[in-house]
Amino acid sequence: MRLLLGLLLAFGVAAVIGLGTTLLALSHGMAFGAFTIGAWTAWPRTGTAEIDPYARAVIARTGELPMGSGDGIAFLARTDDKGWALDGRCDVVVSGTTPQARFWTITLYDPEGRLVGNSLNRQGFTSQEIVRNADGSFSIAVAPRTRAGNWLPSGGAERYVLVLRLYDSPVSLASKTGRETVLPSIERKDCP
Amino acid sequence: MIRWALWLFGGALMGGIVHLGTVLYLPTTATQDAYARISAVSPVNAVVELPAPSSDSSILPFMDPAFASAVCRYDLGSGPITLRAPVSPAYTSVSFYTNKGVAYYAINDRAAGRRVIELELMTKAQREELPEDEEVAAADKLIVESPSDKGLIVLRALAPEPGMMTAARNALAAAKCETH
Repeated sequence: MRLLLGLLLAFGVAAVIGLGTTLLALSHGMAFGAFTIGAWTAWPRTGTAEIDPYARAVIARTGELPMGSGDGIAFLARTDDKGWALDGRCDVVVSGTTPQARFWTITLYDPEGRLVGNSLNRQGFTSQEIVRNADGSFSIAVAPRTRAGNWLPSGGAERYVLVLRLYDSPVSLASKTGRETVLPSIERKDCP
Repeated sequence: MIRWALWLFGGALMGGIVHLGTVLYLPTTATQDAYARISAVSPVNAVVELPAPSSDSSILPFMDPAFASAVCRYDLGSGPITLRAPVSPAYTSVSFYTNKGVAYYAINDRAAGRRVIELELMTKAQREELPEDEEVAAADKLIVESPSDKGLIVLRALAPEPGMMTAARNALAAAKCETH
């Protein structure tokens, strides 16, 4: 009887711990080799044949095709520089410069990777579309209502993510200089 | 008391095994992964355009809306395939994925260095079967080895501004993926 109870307890604990940690790891998009600069995170290994089992499980679940490392590198931001979750009801300013790349794009998605609808049908900017300052830097206003300059409508979505993709970029996160790369800052201005 | 603590400890150890097992096993059970989603809209060994992502629908999550994309769902079971993709005015890339979504190779127009990206895709076994003289003749041709029999070749062409989307799509429409 004691043996049976003990086995039941052990199996119960195994199921809770095993499945719980798997669920947690996958829902948080955990993968090895994450590389963070400010609010931005990239997973360089996910775009190669050396992708780790966690990232494989995540992409199998989401249906995503990771960006191949020969194509470029993608940085994802869920929060601003201070760690506040990106909220579509707030005014957020993304500003600065990007590392060297032939082209780059910045795109706004909901947390599941869907584009967010708006009347302008604008979901992002390419390096060629963006209006720059005299010194080559730029500033993008991510806001629910019209802003002058580079306005990226947030559609009032409660949560969103930004993805910055560098195409054909010499930036290699394997090197020391790559890890000192400067990416645009993300600042929250007004929040109702 | 100690007996129960041991049972708990044993349970925790088994939990670790369950965790590793499920993480490794999950990709083999996925029914909505990228390969399955694309299989629903594409024939085998032919290039088809993927619908542009919009706020209403997107065949895959996190697609870059600045790009036109096309896909060749390949099956090397009946021999190697040849891919020919003319490059678009701005930027074109070709990425290779296994049927589990692993990005094992990607090349862009500049790395390919020509107006047309041309390459041969084959399995390791098929490459070893290549006659030696043909291997030499193929020296100027790019050969890509696929770790799996089935997979996806995703072609992407950038439209740096919305007005250039037609040119990007036209370049992809001329791409070919054929067995021989």
